[in-house]
Amino acid sequence: MRRQLTSTWLACLCTLFAGGAVAAEQHAAAELNYNTYCVQCHGVNRDGNGINSKQMSVKPRDHTDSKAMGDTPDETLFKAIKEGGLSVSKSVLMPKWSGVLDDGQIKEMVAYLRFVSKTSSK
Amino acid sequence: MKRLYFTALALAAIATANGVAAAPGEELLKQQCIACHAVTKPDQQNLGRLWERKGPDLHYAGDKFNREWLLAWLQNPTVIRASGVMYSKLVKPGADKGPDQIDPAQLQAHPKLSAEQAALAADALLALKVPGLVEKGSFKNETANVAFASMLFSKLRGCTSCHAAKPGGAAQSGPELYSGGARLQPDYVAAYLRNPHKFDPHVWMPALGLNEGDVQKLTGYIATLKQTETK
Repeated sequence: MRRQLTSTWLACLCTLFAGGAVAAEQHAAAELNYNTYCVQCHGVNRDGNGINSKQMSVKPRDHTDSKAMGDTPDETLFKAIKEGGLSVSKSVLMPKWSGVLDDGQIKEMVAYLRFVSKTSSK
Repeated sequence: MKRLYFTALALAAIATANGVAAAPGEELLKQQCIACHAVTKPDQQNLGRLWERKGPDLHYAGDKFNREWLLAWLQNPTVIRASGVMYSKLVKPGADKGPDQIDPAQLQAHPKLSAEQAALAADALLALKVPGLVEKGSFKNETANVAFASMLFSKLRGCTSCHAAKPGGAAQSGPELYSGGARLQPDYVAAYLRNPHKFDPHVWMPALGLNEGDVQKLTGYIATLKQTETK
């Protein structure tokens, strides 16, 4: 009985680790795009402390903020990335990224933001 | 015998090709620049290359730079990109939840050229143009309200978030623009503002979708920025 329980635990742990690896792989493309385009303002730690944030009158969104990110619908995130902050009544300092990211890549980015903020789609 | 003949032909062909390309300035670019800079349009301009390249692309240098600036800078190079060629490779989290940082020690100094070499390099670089990339005369140079253009630059369009407008500030992700007027041809600035990805398909400068009025005002403003780095 005990052995059976241990192996069940082990199986659970394995699933968890494998799940992490799958998540990392699943988000690899979005992560590279984030590191190329978003890190300059949103920061290495994804918390709004990018290298440019010092010069900005409005602090970039903290993507690790589960509360604020959880309250923001996928559609709003998608629109903010594609068309810029003004399109969702936010800062002009968030530019539109449709010049370098297509709709599929923006969808991947929204999913990646859910992963970073530990929130689920809304 | 036949083989010898072909070898001789091949050698002659190489000699001719070299003969054409043997202008001293072009030779200098080959020897000193191409290890880090593209002087012909790269075959692949993907995201991987953006991360790997060691210097900005120069295959459109003739559409981009002012000769006087180029000549002086090549002899006395200053830091234009305080975050390096690709900021994301050098950026580190700041202490105590402060802004991310760049360690200036990681920046590679650009080689200094002699006056003679700089003149050769400048002429060779200014000959590098891509037809259709920059429309000559598209910057109209109409007198603009400088105070308003400055507001556009700093607040309304947010250029100063990524580009330094004054020497001596913290590193940002874009090249400094306080020397932009000395460094860059206004027609290039206007074309780049309209669509940066026409020049550099995956670069982290966003295509802002500016209207032509703003393009003209911002270009006119950048043309007035002629400061140099403080030492």
